Amino acid sequence: MSDYKFIDHTYDVVVVGAGGAGLRATFGLAEAGLTTACITKVFPTRSHTVAAQGGISAALGNMGADDWRWHMYDTVKGSDWLGDQDAIEFMCKEAPAAVIELEHYGVPFSRTDDGRIYQRPFGGMTTHYGKGIAQRTCAAADRTGHAMLHTLYQQSLKHEASFFIEYFALDLIMENGECRGVIALDMAEGTLHRFRAHQVILATGGYGRAWFSCTSAHTCTGDGGGMALRAGLPLQDMEFVQFHPTGIYGAGCLITEGSRGEGGYLTNASGERFMERYAPNAKDLASRDVVSRSMTVEIREGRGVGKLQDHIHLHLEHLGPAVIKERLPGIAETARIFAGVDVNKEPIPVLPTVHYNMGGIPCNVHGEVVTRTPDGETLVPGLMAVGEAACVSVHGANRLGSNSLLDLVVFGREAAQHCARVLKPGTPHRALKADCATASVERLDKLRHAKGSLRTADIRLNMQRVMQSDAAVFRTGETLNDGKRKLGEVFASFADVQVSDRSLIWNTDLIETLELDNLLGQAVATLHSAENRKESRGAQAREDFPNRDDKNWMKHTLCWVSPQGSTHFDYRPVHLNTLTDEVESIPPKARTY
Amino acid sequence: MAEFRLPANSKIRKDGNVFKAPAGAKNVRVFKIYRFDPDSGENPRLDTYELDMDACGPMVLDALIKIKNEVDSTLSFRRSCREGICGSCAMNIDGKNGLACISACADVKSDVKIYPLPHMPVIKDLVPDLTNFYAQYASVKPWLQTRTPAPPDAERLQTKEDQEKVDRPSACILCACCSTSCPSYWWNSDRYLGPAALLAAYRWIVDSRDEAVGERLDNLEDPFRLYRCHTIMNCTEACPKDLNPAKAIAEIKQLMAHRRN
Repeated sequence: MSDYKFIDHTYDVVVVGAGGAGLRATFGLAEAGLTTACITKVFPTRSHTVAAQGGISAALGNMGADDWRWHMYDTVKGSDWLGDQDAIEFMCKEAPAAVIELEHYGVPFSRTDDGRIYQRPFGGMTTHYGKGIAQRTCAAADRTGHAMLHTLYQQSLKHEASFFIEYFALDLIMENGECRGVIALDMAEGTLHRFRAHQVILATGGYGRAWFSCTSAHTCTGDGGGMALRAGLPLQDMEFVQFHPTGIYGAGCLITEGSRGEGGYLTNASGERFMERYAPNAKDLASRDVVSRSMTVEIREGRGVGKLQDHIHLHLEHLGPAVIKERLPGIAETARIFAGVDVNKEPIPVLPTVHYNMGGIPCNVHGEVVTRTPDGETLVPGLMAVGEAACVSVHGANRLGSNSLLDLVVFGREAAQHCARVLKPGTPHRALKADCATASVERLDKLRHAKGSLRTADIRLNMQRVMQSDAAVFRTGETLNDGKRKLGEVFASFADVQVSDRSLIWNTDLIETLELDNLLGQAVATLHSAENRKESRGAQAREDFPNRDDKNWMKHTLCWVSPQGSTHFDYRPVHLNTLTDEVESIPPKARTY
Repeated sequence: MAEFRLPANSKIRKDGNVFKAPAGAKNVRVFKIYRFDPDSGENPRLDTYELDMDACGPMVLDALIKIKNEVDSTLSFRRSCREGICGSCAMNIDGKNGLACISACADVKSDVKIYPLPHMPVIKDLVPDLTNFYAQYASVKPWLQTRTPAPPDAERLQTKEDQEKVDRPSACILCACCSTSCPSYWWNSDRYLGPAALLAAYRWIVDSRDEAVGERLDNLEDPFRLYRCHTIMNCTEACPKDLNPAKAIAEIKQLMAHRRN
């Protein structure tokens, strides 16, 4: 172990991840005068926020009447009453100011005729508590995430935040239940770095690459969730996985919900607009879980399109070239490249595809990580989480489209402001223990020299196959138990992994193996949590428990995963209370669209 | 007589490794890929990989991932979104810069030759060092600069026509395909900003909300930073997003000329 040398750094705050949430936190901290380092395994503008297309929700009312309370109602209903209403109130109320702030930073939003930010309809977004269709989703054509991520990086440059780019975070430095910093590998130099900080903010995104087919980037490996599990912390609501209705058949690339917001619609083999049967009011703009289930039922009952009758058609031909060019140029390009389709002439073949993880690292509205001990709910000192890596929970059992970009900026900003409130710049640090990085470096060294018989890619593919078949749109106790057993074997097989590249410089064989380690724990948490929850709610559709069971299951799952891959559970109550008395709590009721 | 010496690791060895296609493969394509091992310090080599295209996705990135997963896991390259928006997998494919994820193998006629982006320091295999490229981007202060306070609780208004001016230039993904295809950038990348950074400067110069056009032009008024562009147009030819950095640079030069008159 002696050939590993450390370079030590000390900051007030360290942010891990440079997507939308990580960048918003980073420059907010820099602006507040706190010394801040942002560690990221990819150059910031490569983060997966860049691929968000449709937009960011906010009740600006630029295109018709709107009210943040309606937005809150939609989000609570969309979450199938698993979202915490205090956090949802906070997010929806902050939304208009957050989007205006983005505009002031220079985001190149599309515009209305009177020069305001253009807003489009999106799934589950209504006016007057479900009565009308809202135009709430602020868009920069169909590359809103790109526009936002680049602008947030530009603001980070303006505020001269410190970046450690292409550094791979290995582990949290924990000391008696407190987070003291993070250990990272500089991929270009091959050096190890210990970052000591008063607060570590995990902004590492989702773990979509646990599945075979997903809209997520190759880098979406949930590294923060993996680090949290290794630190003995639980993950929350991992059973709730969003399938986006319109991933391109085969390639899995995302086709924005904004395409339906602009008037696109889905058809089955007989050309029927089947969503009218499943969601008579919202039709193609029902919530994503509803649309994905409807599509799956159509395919299952033999009404899928194509030679194998195994997908669905998305029609945009009727919109006309002008709308496509102005509002959906990117998806026209994506459909051409990945499906060989001219969207002006023919439908796009689509399939529900893993897209977003509602679950993540449990935290409160400020981003502070929480856990449960025998004494009850407690904060994890020094550790925070934001964005898709976190579970606040504002998305509950199902996220509404365009609430994710909002989540990033609202909670990224709040995390920074919270640090500014509780931390004095330059507060002295205690020394780290000499052996604080030993376990992490031993793991790195073991994997770097792993001489097993299974390639990283083989184990990863085995995991992805299990997750694809058993952590699917519809689930039963039988398939989930079968999946748990098979995944257990895959998890155990990681002991037999083989890494061929022994270098420390840009060794992506090693990095992919470390990422696989992170994915495996979260895959286990997902399948076990799904089997454990004996009800259907939002994205969790149990055919053996088809109804929502508020009496027994209106609670957040907390799942711990041991190094051997076994799990245990505890629960947190759903916050039905609101944050202020500006709005009333929304009582649970049947969820129809 | 002057003596010239090539920079270290410029010569490519011919004795690379060869990985044969599996027996029985019917639809075989040959990929020749630049390999550089920073630990050995040896000159780079070209490795040859034969792939069964009946068991491979259509894009060059699919082929690279197949090699990494099934043939040779030591091959290093950047990749992330796999749909042409993150800009990670920029490389030189069949002599042209492009994104591996949206470049079809079928569009290459003979053997598929893959090199890192040209004239950049190579860290390993297909991974170039882009530090200087990113620093040049930062040097144009690519953020909104204003003196007038923003309206409280409302957006700055912008007409559709004015938005149209920034719509395409702001769609740059910083993949560096343009700058690393520019001969002028190859020779003078220490002082010439290159098309990507200049497109970023232009994106703010034409943004109706920005109030620092004068300072932005001042920053470019330099024999190298801007004027090393000799309208070779490789940048526009190379852009995988169909943007037009050459036109943006020409328009900056025009603004400079107008300003002098």
